[in-house]
Amino acid sequence: MNEPLLSVRGLRISYRGDTRPLHVVDGVDLELAAGDFLGIVGESGSGKTQLLLALLGLNAGARLEGSIRYRGEELLGAPEGIWRRLRGAKIGMIFQDPMTALNPYLTIGTQLTEGARRHLGLSRAAARQRALEMLDAVHITEPRRRLDQHPHELSGGMRQRIVIAMAMICEPDIILADEPTTALDVTVQAQILTLLHELRARTRVAVVLVSHDLGVIAEVADRVAVMYAGRIVEQADAPTLFSAARHPYTEGLRRSIVPLEGPLPARLPTIGGLPPNVAALPPGCAFAPRCGYAWERCDTVAPPLALVSAPGAALAGQHRTEQHRKACYYEGPLERLP
Amino acid sequence: MTTAALDDTATALAAQDLSVRFAVAGHKSGLRAVDAVSFSVLRGETLGVVGESGSGKSTLARALLRLVPATSGRVLIRGVDMLALKGAELRAMREHLQIIFQDPLASLDPRMSVAEIIAEPLREFRPTLSRAERRERVLAILGRVGLLPEHLQRYPHEFSGGQAQRIGIARALVLQPEFLVCDEPISALDASIKSQIANLLKDLQQEFQLSILFIAHDLASVRFSCDRILVMYLGRVMEIASRASLFAAPRHPYTLALLQAVPIADPLRARARRATPLSGEIPSPLSPPSGCVFRTRCPLAFARCTAEAPRLRRVGDSDVACHRAEEMA
Repeated sequence: MNEPLLSVRGLRISYRGDTRPLHVVDGVDLELAAGDFLGIVGESGSGKTQLLLALLGLNAGARLEGSIRYRGEELLGAPEGIWRRLRGAKIGMIFQDPMTALNPYLTIGTQLTEGARRHLGLSRAAARQRALEMLDAVHITEPRRRLDQHPHELSGGMRQRIVIAMAMICEPDIILADEPTTALDVTVQAQILTLLHELRARTRVAVVLVSHDLGVIAEVADRVAVMYAGRIVEQADAPTLFSAARHPYTEGLRRSIVPLEGPLPARLPTIGGLPPNVAALPPGCAFAPRCGYAWERCDTVAPPLALVSAPGAALAGQHRTEQHRKACYYEGPLERLP
Repeated sequence: MTTAALDDTATALAAQDLSVRFAVAGHKSGLRAVDAVSFSVLRGETLGVVGESGSGKSTLARALLRLVPATSGRVLIRGVDMLALKGAELRAMREHLQIIFQDPLASLDPRMSVAEIIAEPLREFRPTLSRAERRERVLAILGRVGLLPEHLQRYPHEFSGGQAQRIGIARALVLQPEFLVCDEPISALDASIKSQIANLLKDLQQEFQLSILFIAHDLASVRFSCDRILVMYLGRVMEIASRASLFAAPRHPYTLALLQAVPIADPLRARARRATPLSGEIPSPLSPPSGCVFRTRCPLAFARCTAEAPRLRRVGDSDVACHRAEEMA
């Protein structure tokens, strides 16, 4: 791995609960280098959005422990001024609903140039020129006309392209994208995923894409981390994760997807039970109550994120966060469902 | 398949030339949300309706149930035109038609307990039932959708999305309707819950011999749940085909585009096929393109598509509205 842009170690995010603190993210390690495309998969309550917000210093009211370093500089507990210098400049963000990121009263041009003027110190004219280049880079037609339009005059897909242009205009090192295509139609989703892939290849920006949709992750991510109840339960490079998952939860998610071709089962394989409630997690593995492979040990001590015993799980020179690891005691084949 | 005889006992519901138009200030012809749509749903069948936002699929479903007024056309149920019914007759017909929604929490009254929510249709349509009989029916359907008696006294906000959808399904089925509209019933659910609810709906359909109209915005979710699939675009039918032929041999370029847009949960195959996705977005229904409404995004469009709207016709195993459907094999 190249010099890391971002190193997250033992990150724990807690909120005050009724009786005891709620650890919505608990012990997460991440490492990001230029050009990385990391996918984070998780359902409701997995902590994936809280994790992204922590990378932006935006978890209001939470207690954060561990370490978040950007180019070696510790950000946990850093003053707001440091975060402001990073947010939007070095770390761009894309959210699910483009309208939450856009101000309905301001023109696209005003919103697009704001970051470039503030962070890059560009003049009005230079920022406008840069905005036009960005609109072109995200394949917006008639860019000149768009600058004077308001968000409501654009389609959903175009708005998300504008948000991506806003996130990219200061040439950030990192883009954080939280379900960026979930609110879009499938055909537009395919366009936006292609665009993210293309921007990464061209600018070497590192992308963290959070999604509940394994298909979306498979389309674009090089590495994948699967989160459950605030922890990473499995991580691997994308081809390995999708062909040789070793955690029952990952495998269950993968098998519950309806195939587009080939034989169709009479019933879809399912993961039983309900998504985890972080206010009432069991003492051991949080997935154990839904897991067909659970045994006594799973109910007492949560398994650590350990190297899987498979050829190629750890390669020479690989960082720990790049290895194929799983948080599960079960070592056998995943033949039946969880 | 476009029309059904009035007394056809194999048909649960038939829509004939159904149109829904909304008045819009400044637009004389209004907005054609649904434009001369015809189809039928057989007894015990699930018909999928697929299209992107703006395709008119939800408006179509609401027009069938008379939740929005149709401008013209007929909706035949039990040989009766649903759109011509009034007052008591309409009310009586509604008992046989139920709907479940995409956002289960938004469709449940937050101030009613689960027991009250599920019992409400019984109070409305079976007023002569005793309290004990009502409770018995509520308990029966509750167990069938996978909820427990202890859930009855709780309120919607205490449930996760998947459980709330089970409550919505119980409410829809407590009267044992013949026809159920499912408006994106699993789209908003967590990945691990989607397959649970899809299985449940399939089980219930077989048990209750339900006829279902299943609305979805992508093709992946209908492959498991639907017997036949209707693809809509800008208020028009693009293609109707059985599941097998639609997935194996789509006859409309839009169907093919929808298929290619579904993300594949296999990185190697996903990247191998990374084709150019369908360009552009669905046009405004206020100013639909002339001729074929899909032509502005269609890779196969030629002069005739601008001049002449294709009619729905039989090609292979599909009913398809495309001048070039023969070339799609």
